Amino acid sequence: MGFLDYAPAPESRAILDLRDSYGLFIDGEFVDGHGEGFQTISPGTEETIATVSSADEQDVQRAVAAARRAYDTVWSRMSGSDRGKYLFRIARLVQERSRELAVAESLDNGKPIKESRDVDLPLVAAWFFYYAGWADKLDHAGLGPSPRALGVAAQVIPWNFPLLMLAWKIAPALAAGNTVVLKPAETTPLSALLFAEILQQADLPPGVVNIITGAGDTGRLLVNHPDVDKVAFTGSTAVGREIARSVAGTGKKVTLELGGKAANIVFDDAPIDQAIEGIVNGIFFNQGHVCCAGSRLLVQENVHDEVLDRLKSRLGTLRLGDPLDKNTDIGAINSAEQLERIRELSAIGEQEGADRWTAECAIPERGFWFAPTIFDNVSTSHRIAREEIFGPVLSVLTFRTPDEAIAKANNTPYGLSAGIWTDKGSRILAVADKLRAGVIWANTFNRFDPASPFGGYKESGYGREGGRHGLAAYLASAPGRSRPDESIHTQGAGK
Amino acid sequence: MNRLAVPKTYKLAIGGAFPRSESGRTYPVHSFDGAFLANAAKASRKDARDAVVAARKAFGGWSGATGYNRGQVLYRIAELLEGRRAQFVDEVSVAQGFSAEDAAAQVDEAIDLWVWYAGWADKFAQVAGNANPVSGPFFNISVPEPTGVVAIVAPQQPALLGFVAAVAPALVAGNTVVVIASERHPLPAISLAEVLATSDVPGGVVNVLTGSAAELAPWLASHADVNALDLVGAGDLDGDLTWVDLQISAAETLKRVLPPEGGADAVAPSLQRIVAFTETKTVWHTKSML
Repeated sequence: MGFLDYAPAPESRAILDLRDSYGLFIDGEFVDGHGEGFQTISPGTEETIATVSSADEQDVQRAVAAARRAYDTVWSRMSGSDRGKYLFRIARLVQERSRELAVAESLDNGKPIKESRDVDLPLVAAWFFYYAGWADKLDHAGLGPSPRALGVAAQVIPWNFPLLMLAWKIAPALAAGNTVVLKPAETTPLSALLFAEILQQADLPPGVVNIITGAGDTGRLLVNHPDVDKVAFTGSTAVGREIARSVAGTGKKVTLELGGKAANIVFDDAPIDQAIEGIVNGIFFNQGHVCCAGSRLLVQENVHDEVLDRLKSRLGTLRLGDPLDKNTDIGAINSAEQLERIRELSAIGEQEGADRWTAECAIPERGFWFAPTIFDNVSTSHRIAREEIFGPVLSVLTFRTPDEAIAKANNTPYGLSAGIWTDKGSRILAVADKLRAGVIWANTFNRFDPASPFGGYKESGYGREGGRHGLAAYLASAPGRSRPDESIHTQGAGK
Repeated sequence: MNRLAVPKTYKLAIGGAFPRSESGRTYPVHSFDGAFLANAAKASRKDARDAVVAARKAFGGWSGATGYNRGQVLYRIAELLEGRRAQFVDEVSVAQGFSAEDAAAQVDEAIDLWVWYAGWADKFAQVAGNANPVSGPFFNISVPEPTGVVAIVAPQQPALLGFVAAVAPALVAGNTVVVIASERHPLPAISLAEVLATSDVPGGVVNVLTGSAAELAPWLASHADVNALDLVGAGDLDGDLTWVDLQISAAETLKRVLPPEGGADAVAPSLQRIVAFTETKTVWHTKSML
């Protein structure tokens, strides 16, 4: 063992008490689904963790009916302060069981335990804590007095941050007074099912939150169910388009958080140490399975060589391996399917003439792995500069002037996030004004907070999650106001 | 002594110019009692695409102007309309058969609507945006920004008021627009475009197409450089096409879509209409250690 090698430091799985199989969580109870069950595996080892039920049409029907019943008879009649108390309870229970949930998350998703433990779970608790406090203050949400809930919310979430995405969806929906049917991703259902146990411990009234597992078909049935009033989806732009088509003309309110191809812009006066860390965090956090990942590095030409040299040497120190090892920086790719997509696009990057560099690291024998990779000399027309790879692959482009950086950053159908690295405050403000993206990080990257709205421009979707804006997405102005619609209330004038 | 009147030629308004339709087509416009009024241009797909190009070109300047500046430009429209009040009362009255009194009330409401929206240009961001108290050493703020190029299907009637009620709120935040005017009563919209051309509104900010909404709207709904679709007047399109088809088409590029609306709500002053065509941008600024 060399000077910089680390002894294994695995987090214990003993804290987990998993069942062999999990049903659907409908109306406060676990019930068997009628679809063909499926296995959820650990992407780090390919071992089966548990068998999970799949919801068919009949199950979706039951779940939506339970949510409707709970909305009509319990949740819509409950005071805001009592709704808030349930959310506070949930926040506390998440904190109490956070280690267990972090282990489950890393096991099922493949992300390093230090990320699930130090990022995902603290944010999950924070999200419930933040929105708990909103539940009895809806008059101040920006929709005028006495806004009303929408009804039943159908929520479909991705596999990259399973429990965090669940919190982003469920916390504001419940605070605003909606009931929920949520479908976690088929490769990462585990933490949502453990969360259902927390709902039982919190004594949340049956039917207020229903969790159904399954693949895309289940999600489609849920989103298209006629008794659903709100659809919230995080995932691919392709599925987002399909949802936007299918809800056309139905009057369902929709929030879509879709793909991204974020530019991370590094000017020559950037604080270089922080910038290197920010670039690494921007694209290699969570194996690059991040919709707002800084996947396009735009570096000013005169510092290109220095930035690339330091980036490569920094990547050489990252440790890839067992997600449950506390020293691991880069975990497993979530699925064989995703690994194939990353490989495919990387091969195309080489074919199109970009220069590939891959960090040297030992790849475990079993499981799905992809070593941190950089493509240099990428041009804006390359597919690796246009398409979302959703993996630990960074495309490097250069620019000479701020105008060129802005033009290249905006040259994408996406518009979710962007990063700016410079020591000049006035330049940050000017560049941030010109970037067509919903979240901009200046001298930082991949920061999330329940108080901060998140969401995209253009084909990265619409609607916001987080903050007051995220609450308003689950509310409508009180009936009788001139425009019973979401967002800001209207005031009559001139009449 | 009867003087022979000089009738006006009504054309399209694209990029600050007034071209005929490239297709060479026109269609007759009649008054409420069937009398011939004028031949309006019948815009084509090519005209619609040209209008989108003009709107995109104007977006940077208009969205980059200060709210104070946009407010003054919008207020100036009201000033100019006030001076041409009689012309618009006459046009609205002839087109829709309103009494002079009712037509005057509508024109006044349209003028007042410009004034109301003008005042929002440097204020709506304070209501729709806010500071975010995040748990870390960051200054974090959310502000609304214009969505981009907005395509609008204006209401069939009231011809002038409906047009203003749809166009004005989209302009407040800095969007540029391509509007399909009322097919039956297009003349007030073109006259208004002539007012805009002599006001301080930059060319390309408001582009007006006349013709068949059922023919033109699908091209705008599927156009990749249109960011949003206001279907306020698309409730009763001619033929088999419905507004839902347009929304489905808009899904391909994930446009923001406002569904049709009728009645008083469709022309009511509305902060929500301003905010509907904005995007919330959240910026995290790192605070240094002292």
